[in-house]
Amino acid sequence: MDGAHDMGGVAGFGPVVPEPNEPVFHSEWEKRACALTIAMSRPGGWNIDMSRFARENRPPEDYLSKTYYEIWLAGLETLMIERGLVTREEIEAGKMLVPPKPGAKPIAPSEVTPAIRHIGRTTREPTSPALFNIGDKVRMKNIHPPTHTRLPQYVRGHLGTIEHNQGFHVFPDLHSQGKGENPQWLYTVRFDGPELWGKDSDPTLSVSVDAWESYLERA
Amino acid sequence: MSDHHHHDHDHSELSETELRVRALETVLTEKGYVDPASLDLLIELYEKKIGPRNGVRVVAKAWADPAYHARLIKNPTAAIAELDYSGRQGEHMVVVENTPEQHNMVVCTLCSCYPHPVLGLPPVWYKSAPYRSRAVSDPRGVLKDFGVTLPDTTRIRVWDSTSEMRYLVLPMRPAGTDGWSEEQLAELVTRDSMIGTGLPKQPGKGA
Repeated sequence: MDGAHDMGGVAGFGPVVPEPNEPVFHSEWEKRACALTIAMSRPGGWNIDMSRFARENRPPEDYLSKTYYEIWLAGLETLMIERGLVTREEIEAGKMLVPPKPGAKPIAPSEVTPAIRHIGRTTREPTSPALFNIGDKVRMKNIHPPTHTRLPQYVRGHLGTIEHNQGFHVFPDLHSQGKGENPQWLYTVRFDGPELWGKDSDPTLSVSVDAWESYLERA
Repeated sequence: MSDHHHHDHDHSELSETELRVRALETVLTEKGYVDPASLDLLIELYEKKIGPRNGVRVVAKAWADPAYHARLIKNPTAAIAELDYSGRQGEHMVVVENTPEQHNMVVCTLCSCYPHPVLGLPPVWYKSAPYRSRAVSDPRGVLKDFGVTLPDTTRIRVWDSTSEMRYLVLPMRPAGTDGWSEEQLAELVTRDSMIGTGLPKQPGKGA
């Protein structure tokens, strides 16, 4: 979706302000919100693309006014309510009002480290040959799906060069909708600065995105 | 609902969020979906075990050991796993090496993708709108915000992490470090130098 999360090239956000000696978390509730989100992915049964969409799928003013972990929390609530794991009334009341969803098992303490160390690759066995070769010129499609996509607006319609083939990966646009993995070839596509930002661009700049094959057309 | 968040966060609002998170944890625990002891362990892992010191070891070893350097460039995920760093958000690693000709910088314009096993959880600025918007259009301006100026002739390459590929910058080994041990070199590696928004410390300039 063309939402406020798609920030590449947007003007007016001001300078980057690094915080010296920044702690990992800034408050107790951030720790719990982060841990709850990670811990709920198993009983919740959603995938990473579904959780990204649950975070970004909100009005721009909402997305931009929430802090990072407030967005995580809002996304988590959406995912849980959608699946009938909790009700909005339960969240408001702070207690269980309806029985738990059967079969939703928690991560036990002994399973935490294995879960974090788990290697969940998104590569799959290729089922078709790659359409593009290193060095090929490609144009990014001008698409505006109302659903999740990983093709940022600032590269759409622009001309780039295939730089790497990164393998055959689960396709987030459909995976986020629960429509299966539909793996595709994934390429690193490089763009010259002036192609993206016009003649006033830094001439020494190049930018790349990782793009699934169906985002591309031969130029 | 969003009206609630139009103004800056004051203390009362923070405590409102705090109450909501507590309520949520209570409900989820009552329903048997989460074990609070597991949450404690998760937090401890990200606060104590999974952080940029892991990436520092990778970079220092690559600087000190040419064979490791070669493996790290050729097969980054496996080379990083040699040091026992692997797992969630580091399944598909790419190491991009800075040279006098090219400086690399990593961003996720769409969310906050970051190589957790080597760098931990991302800092607030990495997830912020100013960085995500400007890293791809004005990286030299962003570098200035970090107090870094590169020669005009250095090419800048920005990697937008739009897939599950995770990028780690291998900074240039500082001059004047011939014969240094891996441990000594590690003292010079900073987190930001592995994202590309900073440079390593120079020898003799202090920590």
